[in-house]
Amino acid sequence: MLKMRQADMPTSRRAFLKGAAVASATFVLGTFVPFGRFALAEGDAAAPKPVIDPNFFLRIDSDDTVTVLLKHLEMGQGVSTGLSTLVAEELDADWSKMRFDHGPNNPKVFNNLFFGSYIGTGGSTSMANSWTQMRQVGAAARAMFVAAAAKQWNVPAAEITVENSVLKHPSGKSARLGELVEAAMKEPVPQEIKLKEPKDWKYIGQKLPRLDTPGKTTGKAIFALDFRRPNMLVAMVARPPRFGGTAGKVDDAAARKIAGVVDVVQIPSGVAVLAKDTWAAMRGREALTIDWQLDKSEGRSSDEMLAEYRDLAGKPGLKADRRGDAAAALGNASDVHEAEFVFPFLAHAPMEPMNCVIELTKDGAEIWGGSQFQSIDDYAVSQVLGTTPDKIKIHTLLSGGSFGRRANAFADWAVEAAHIAKAIGGKAPVQLVWTREDDIKGGLYRPMVLHKLKAGLKDGRITGWQHAIVAKSILVGTPFEGMMVKDGVDATTVEGVAETPYQIENFAVDVHNAKTEVPVLWWRSVGHSHTAHVMETTMDELAGKAGQDPLAFRLSYLKEGAREAGVLKLAAEKAGWGKEMPAGTGQGIAMHHSFGSYVGMVAEVAAQEGGFKVSRIVAAVDVGIAINPDVIAAQVEGAIGFAMSAILRNRITFKDGVVEQGNFDDYEPTRMKEMPVVEVHLVTSAEPPSGIGEPGLPPLAPAIGNAIFAATGKRFRSLPFQGPISA
Amino acid sequence: MITLNINGQNHDLDVEPEMPLLWVLRDRLNMTGTKFGCGVAQCGACTVHVDGESRRSCSTMVGDVVGSEITTIEGLDGKVAKAVQTAWQKLDVVQCGYCQSGQIMSAIALLSMIEKPTDADIDAGMEGNICRCGTYQRIRAAIHEAAKSLA
Repeated sequence: MLKMRQADMPTSRRAFLKGAAVASATFVLGTFVPFGRFALAEGDAAAPKPVIDPNFFLRIDSDDTVTVLLKHLEMGQGVSTGLSTLVAEELDADWSKMRFDHGPNNPKVFNNLFFGSYIGTGGSTSMANSWTQMRQVGAAARAMFVAAAAKQWNVPAAEITVENSVLKHPSGKSARLGELVEAAMKEPVPQEIKLKEPKDWKYIGQKLPRLDTPGKTTGKAIFALDFRRPNMLVAMVARPPRFGGTAGKVDDAAARKIAGVVDVVQIPSGVAVLAKDTWAAMRGREALTIDWQLDKSEGRSSDEMLAEYRDLAGKPGLKADRRGDAAAALGNASDVHEAEFVFPFLAHAPMEPMNCVIELTKDGAEIWGGSQFQSIDDYAVSQVLGTTPDKIKIHTLLSGGSFGRRANAFADWAVEAAHIAKAIGGKAPVQLVWTREDDIKGGLYRPMVLHKLKAGLKDGRITGWQHAIVAKSILVGTPFEGMMVKDGVDATTVEGVAETPYQIENFAVDVHNAKTEVPVLWWRSVGHSHTAHVMETTMDELAGKAGQDPLAFRLSYLKEGAREAGVLKLAAEKAGWGKEMPAGTGQGIAMHHSFGSYVGMVAEVAAQEGGFKVSRIVAAVDVGIAINPDVIAAQVEGAIGFAMSAILRNRITFKDGVVEQGNFDDYEPTRMKEMPVVEVHLVTSAEPPSGIGEPGLPPLAPAIGNAIFAATGKRFRSLPFQGPISA
Repeated sequence: MITLNINGQNHDLDVEPEMPLLWVLRDRLNMTGTKFGCGVAQCGACTVHVDGESRRSCSTMVGDVVGSEITTIEGLDGKVAKAVQTAWQKLDVVQCGYCQSGQIMSAIALLSMIEKPTDADIDAGMEGNICRCGTYQRIRAAIHEAAKSLA
């Protein structure tokens, strides 16, 4: 590695070599372009102009290794490969020399451009918000290398070409990036950046090997739970058996007798046991006797909550969407279809349970963890420690899945760790570890949701549609409230029903924000995880009542040339929609638009003893420009594997306020034999890229449910699909 | 004092015989390639080989594996292991990657027993390993690919 003394560096600039961005980057206030659901509210201070200085984002070594400092968390979605692809494309770097690391929590540089001035990964925005910026970073770096070479060789810059990390001049002169890095970083960052034309792309649109594969197939990749600090203590927290409870009197005498247990401290979320290793912490926690104060806690069972939801659904709610006069149109219908859908609370259950390492510093703290909303995590921890976010240094590490769990407005895991570190006076670094039981029982669930709707039909057409949704709002009372809640309507509760692309003249959506102490959170695809199922099941049922083909019926409600229609048609074509199916088997179709992307699916299922088997899913995907088609296919395959568990069996239920599930035996994810064969087909597009971490999930349940109906005549509405089927 | 043979090397450890092998590996020996997923032998993230067979290290007391040959992802060697890791890389199986050490350990054990596993063999052999990212389709393809390369 090329070494450079600090004194040699230009004073106002970082070096490629070290890349360690600090808060002195110049940034210009510009106009923030709002995007989708995560847009800042109008009138908010304009977000910073994207930083494109390669000194912040790239570390280039003398051996030509290019390390991209990610502004987004790699949690399996392939963002390390995606962001690096954009840089490598414009830098003309050799792909085999690309590496990645997570960037520091400096919001002036590593902010998500769709979140304004905050760092965060979510809403399937990573590639979309970085699309121009990261290509500009690569292009700026390339121009700086070319300028440096031009000076050294005394030739015009325009005559220099770059290919596979090698700069060349027709005179025969050539140099590798690694040889020129020192000179290149002294060049000014170009003001005008010209990006390649799509016809010149070498990497974008190709299947490039993932950069995170080698470490993850050899056990060498370091996840947050693998991180160690000298003299680190492991902490486990005993939390109240019901949400809203608190710890009263604690008897820790037995816990302190366990070999390896070092301390027991009370914190707001419960009682923490600190020990020399995880096993001792586990046993220490088991030995605690705690008098839980449950007066203000949620003591209801799921059925009681649902009864309240049903009661609310019958009353007028907050208006989420209004078109025409739905009530009058229902009055004119010859047939009124009524349906109720219930969706349970769901845990995210990422394979790596919540954890992080925290070490107090003289004026703040350092945290090592799978941080997904660094700008919330550093702020929340700074509040616990009585300091400011700039004093909290977050080292983002690979995360073993998230599905939304690590991105939360409460920064629960980081805050809990901060309280523990504070309670022991910072005497040792602390690794907070949640067990699987802590995770499954720990809340921040996809909300339980009730949908009730009426849709009127006359002469084979929908006359009107009245829809009520009841759920606890994810965002009310959080820092996101101002961004995404309007007049009490939480966009994440109604998205996918409100503003449906189906051209239904008379359409009314009401929402009720139910109250419970059970903490809720976005779960892969957020509101779309339930709304798509309701819309696409209902469209299927209405097509049946109208005596029409489910595909043709849907298309008749979509605008000519709509991208929704494109994915429906492509999925149907690739799956052989309408083909003869053997008895007891069937096809089902569904489509959904979420996070800027469009996914259509055809499912094939077979009835079998005790239920059904999903044999094949054909997915058609429109994400605009496909940066890496193989990563996109993987995300759709993965969304299907993830969602199957919620279709087959997963639910979090309460009995007298206590969560009834606890581990993978009673909250069992999809297993190998349940995974259908998945085919992913991409719509060719020149639109800017949109996300794919989430959009593969929403159409799955309705496609399967519709296929089960086609196969057996049994209609499942509520999830999971459980109950008898007879073919 | 307990002596464990891990990846061909003896380790003298001052631990209780009831301590799960997983925590000895991770917390005492800093061999973190073996993962904690559920703690109750339901997910397979902690899979290691004990005398060549798959074992859930979270539910294996170290006192029970004294004298056995323990292999972790860090100590993989041999042509089956190489074929499996190569296939995993070729097909870009991983997503978050947290379960993949365990998946790879189970796949190696499966291919060591059955040279050319059918889909049904893979269903059975990989039943105990959960992947929350849903990479099952690629795991299946990679096992077939590894079997082909070994043939």
